[in-house]
Amino acid sequence: MSHLERLLTGEPRVATAGVDLLAEGVESQGATVVRTDWRPPLEGTEDALATITAAVDLDAANREAVGRLVGTHPHWAGIAVASEVIPAMGERTFLHAGPPLEWADCSGPMRGALIGAMIYEGLAGTPEEAIALGPEIELSPCHHHRSVGPMAGVVSPTMPVSVIEDANGEGVSYATLNEGLGKVLRYGAFAPEVIERLRWIDKVLAPVLADVLRRRGPVDLRSIVSQALQMGDDGHNRNRAATSLLLRELAPSLIDGEGPADRRAEVFRFLNSNDHFMLNLVMAAGKIGVDAAAGVRGSSLVTTMARNGTEFGIRLSGTGDAWFTAPAPVVDGLYLGAFTAEDANLDIGDSAITETVGLGGFAMAASPAIVGFVGGTASGAVQRTLTMYEITLTEHPDYKIPILESRGTPTGIDAVRVVRTGILPVINTGIAGKEAGVGMVGAGIVDAPVACFTSAVQALAEECSNA
Amino acid sequence: MDHIEVRRRTYHDSVRLMQASAAVQKIAGVEVALIAMATDLNLGLLEDLHFEVPGDTVPDDMIVAIRASSEGAIPAALTALEGALVVAPASGGGMLAPPQPHLLSSAARLSDLNLGLISVPGPHAFVEAADALRAGLNVMIFSDNVSVEHEIALKRLGVEKDLLVMGPDCGTAIVGGIGLGFANAVRPGPVGIVGASGTGTQHISCLLDDAGVGISHALGTGSRDLSAAVGALATLQGIEALDADPATRVIVIVSKPPAPEIAAKVRALAAECSTPTVMCMIGEDTLEAGATAALAILGVEAPAPESWPAAVSAHRPGTIRGLFSGGTLRDEARMVLRGLMGEPAAELEMIDFGDDEYTRGRPHPMIDQRLRLDQLAATSADPAVGVALIDVVLGYGSHPDPASELAPVIEDAVAAGLAVVVSLCGAAGDPQGRDRQAASLNEAGAAVFSSNAAAAAHAHALMEGGSA
Repeated sequence: MSHLERLLTGEPRVATAGVDLLAEGVESQGATVVRTDWRPPLEGTEDALATITAAVDLDAANREAVGRLVGTHPHWAGIAVASEVIPAMGERTFLHAGPPLEWADCSGPMRGALIGAMIYEGLAGTPEEAIALGPEIELSPCHHHRSVGPMAGVVSPTMPVSVIEDANGEGVSYATLNEGLGKVLRYGAFAPEVIERLRWIDKVLAPVLADVLRRRGPVDLRSIVSQALQMGDDGHNRNRAATSLLLRELAPSLIDGEGPADRRAEVFRFLNSNDHFMLNLVMAAGKIGVDAAAGVRGSSLVTTMARNGTEFGIRLSGTGDAWFTAPAPVVDGLYLGAFTAEDANLDIGDSAITETVGLGGFAMAASPAIVGFVGGTASGAVQRTLTMYEITLTEHPDYKIPILESRGTPTGIDAVRVVRTGILPVINTGIAGKEAGVGMVGAGIVDAPVACFTSAVQALAEECSNA
Repeated sequence: MDHIEVRRRTYHDSVRLMQASAAVQKIAGVEVALIAMATDLNLGLLEDLHFEVPGDTVPDDMIVAIRASSEGAIPAALTALEGALVVAPASGGGMLAPPQPHLLSSAARLSDLNLGLISVPGPHAFVEAADALRAGLNVMIFSDNVSVEHEIALKRLGVEKDLLVMGPDCGTAIVGGIGLGFANAVRPGPVGIVGASGTGTQHISCLLDDAGVGISHALGTGSRDLSAAVGALATLQGIEALDADPATRVIVIVSKPPAPEIAAKVRALAAECSTPTVMCMIGEDTLEAGATAALAILGVEAPAPESWPAAVSAHRPGTIRGLFSGGTLRDEARMVLRGLMGEPAAELEMIDFGDDEYTRGRPHPMIDQRLRLDQLAATSADPAVGVALIDVVLGYGSHPDPASELAPVIEDAVAAGLAVVVSLCGAAGDPQGRDRQAASLNEAGAAVFSSNAAAAAHAHALMEGGSA
C-alpha cells in the first residue's frame, strides 16, 4: 500500500507547526495531534536553509555521512613515534587542539603546553628560550593530521602516540598517551616534573604498552566504550569504567610481558591511578569515525567540534576542510579548591570530538555520576541527552543508554537541525587555568557557539548552489 | 581563621564535592573552601593554599578545609556544607519524557504520524515542509507567501515520495473524517473532493451533508495548483488517490477554471478513473450545481438548499455591496450576479476580507470578524447601498460564535433600512450549531441561505424589486 493510500485508509495522525488554533481544531475532533514548539531558525540562516533544501537531498546526504561515521570499528593497534606515522609532520611541526592558530594568539595553557613540548623536544632549555622560539615553530591543528588531543592537545615530533585502526576500513588515527591529572602538559603545565613524566611515558609506558599490544593484538575500543556507557561513563569527563575495562583487557599480557617486572608494575599502577587514560583513545576512536564521514556533498553533518583555547571551530562533511569559528566560550563550571571563574581559560581541546560522535554531553543520561556538571540532578542529565536527539541524525547502534531503555546515544550532529531548532550541542569538559603552568582548575559544561553553526550553514548553502 | 576537619571513610564523588566547595565559598566571610577526598592531588592543593595538612589521612577520608575572615562564619559554612552533601531524592515520573519537539520531522521520529500541518510564516514553510516530506509525512501547508518555485519543488518531492502536498495556501481538508484547517463537521460518506478552493470545498461538503450524503476525504491542493506553472501536480495526485480509495464513489474537483492545457490534463486523468468525476469550475458552474451533479451520480435527488427568509420585507432602495470572508464565495456571487444583471455586476463593490490586503497583521476574517463588522456598520450608513450580501463560514477553525457578534450589527443595519442577506456555509453538526446560527441571524433580520448562489440571487431580487 502506498503512503498516500495509507493516509486515506486510516485516521490522520497529525503533527502541527505554527498556529495553535489549528492544532486545537484537530484536537477537538479527537484526532492524534503532536504539537511542535516551532520557532524561526537562527538569524541569518533562512535563505541558506531554503537554498540547501532546494539544491540537495539533505536526508540522503546526511544518511550517507552518518552511516560512515557509525560504520567504523576502531581498534587500538599499537604505539609509534609521532613524526614517523603522522602524515605531514615535520621536525618542527607541533600539533595543537582546535582550529588553526598563530603563536601570537595562543592562550595561556596552549602557550604553556607548547613551551613544555619545545623543552621536551630539546629545542629549548628554558621556558624563556621556548618563548623566543615560539614564533618560528610550525603550528598545525591535530585535526589536519588524523589526530586529536585533549585540552591543548599538543603533539610534538618525538612523542609516542597510540595508533588506532578501523577494522571496517582503511581509517587510521593518532593520539598521545594520557598523562593523568594535576600538573600536566595538556593543561599548559611545563614544570620539570611535567617534562619528566613525559619522558617516563616515552621510556617506560610506551614501550611496555607497545609490547602488550603486540602480543595480545588490537584492543576493540568500540566494545569497551559500549560497555563503559552501561557502567556510568559518558566517554568524555568520566572514563573511569572504560579505563578499568581497558586495564582488564591489558592486564594478562601486562603481567606475563617481557622486560623487568617492576616496570610493568609501574605501568599497571599508572593506568590504575589515571581515570582518564581511556579519554585519548576514545577521542582517537571518534576521529576515525569523523574522518570517514567527511566529504559527502551536501551533508550538514558536523565532523569536527574543537577548541584551541582562543577559538571554537567546527567543520561539516559537505564543506571540505573549511573551519567555521567563533570566540571560544566560557565554561559554566565548578572549580577545584580556591580557583574561580577568574582563573579559567576559555574552552579548549579536541575532546569535543566525543560529543561529535554521540558521547560526552550527548550521553550524559548514561552517567548519573557526573550530573553535578549540569546542575545536580539526574533528571536534568537525562533531559539533556533527550534534547540532543533533536539535533542528531541517528542513534548509535552500539552505544546504548540503559535508563533510556537502551536507546542508542544521539549521534551525528546536523548543523541544519541546530540552526533550525536553536538547540546547541552540549559539551562536558574540563577547565584549564588561564595562566600557563597552572593546570586544571575545574570542570563543567558549555554550549557550542551559535556563530559557528550559522556561518557553516551559510557556507554549505553556497557550496550547494555552486555545485 | 582556618577550620580543618577530617571525616574518616566518608565518600562523596568529586563533582558533589566541587559543588559543596562552591556552596561553602558563597557564605559571607568565607575566603577559601576546599572540600575534597584526601588524595595526593588534593593534599597538594591544600598545601598550595597554605592550610595545615593533617598527617594521617587515607584517600577515602574526606577533608573539610575552610578559611574564614572570622570564626563566626564557620557554623554557617558548615551548615551550607551539610546542605550541599545531602543527596536529593530522585524526582518523581516524567524524567524520561522526551522534550517537546521543535520540528515536524522530530515529532515523526517520536510517534507514528502521517501528516504535518504547517502554518508557520510563509518564508519558513518550504524548509519545514520539505523536511516533513523527507521524514515520510504528508503535508498540509496552511501558510501563504510561499514562492511558486518552492511550491513546485515541494510538489515534485511529494510525487517522488508518494506523499500528498496540500498547499501552500491550503485552508481546508478532511482526511479520514478529521477536518484540518477550516472544515465542517460533515458526515462520512462516498464523495471525495479535490479542491483548489477551501471555501468551495467547504460549501460543497455542507450542501452534500444537508442532502444526507457524506464525504470520504476532501484533499486541498492550494489555490495555485492548477496554474500552468504548477501543472496540477497535487490535483492529479489527489484524483489518483481518491480513485484508488474504496470509500470514494464519486470524485468532485473544485477549482477556478485552469489554463486550457492543465484542464486537458485533469480531464484526461478523470476520464481514466474508474470512479465517476464531477468538475466544478468556479466562475462557470455554481458550487450548488457541483453538489447536485455529485448527488445525481449517487442517485440522490438534491433537496432544495435550506433557507431562512427574513421577517422584515421593507428595505431602502440601492445597490448591492458584498462583504465576504471567502474568496471563492465572493467570486461565485459575482458570477451569479453577472448572470442576472450582466456587465454592471462588475461595478458592484464585492470585498474579500480574506485577501492578503486585509489579513496583513490580523487573523483571517473567519476567525476575527471585527473589520467586517465595522464595514457592515459603515454600509448601513451609506445610502447608496440597499442590500448587504455577506457570508458566514462555520466549522472547525472558524470563530466559535459568529452570530453573537453579527446579530446586533445586522439589527442596526436592518433598522437603518438595509436588507441583509447571509450566505451561511455550515453543516448541521458544526461546533457553532448551524441552525442556531441561522436562527440568530434570521431573528436579527437577515435572510439566510445555505446556498451561496441562492443568497446572491436573492440579493439581486431584493435590489431589483425594492422588496421581496
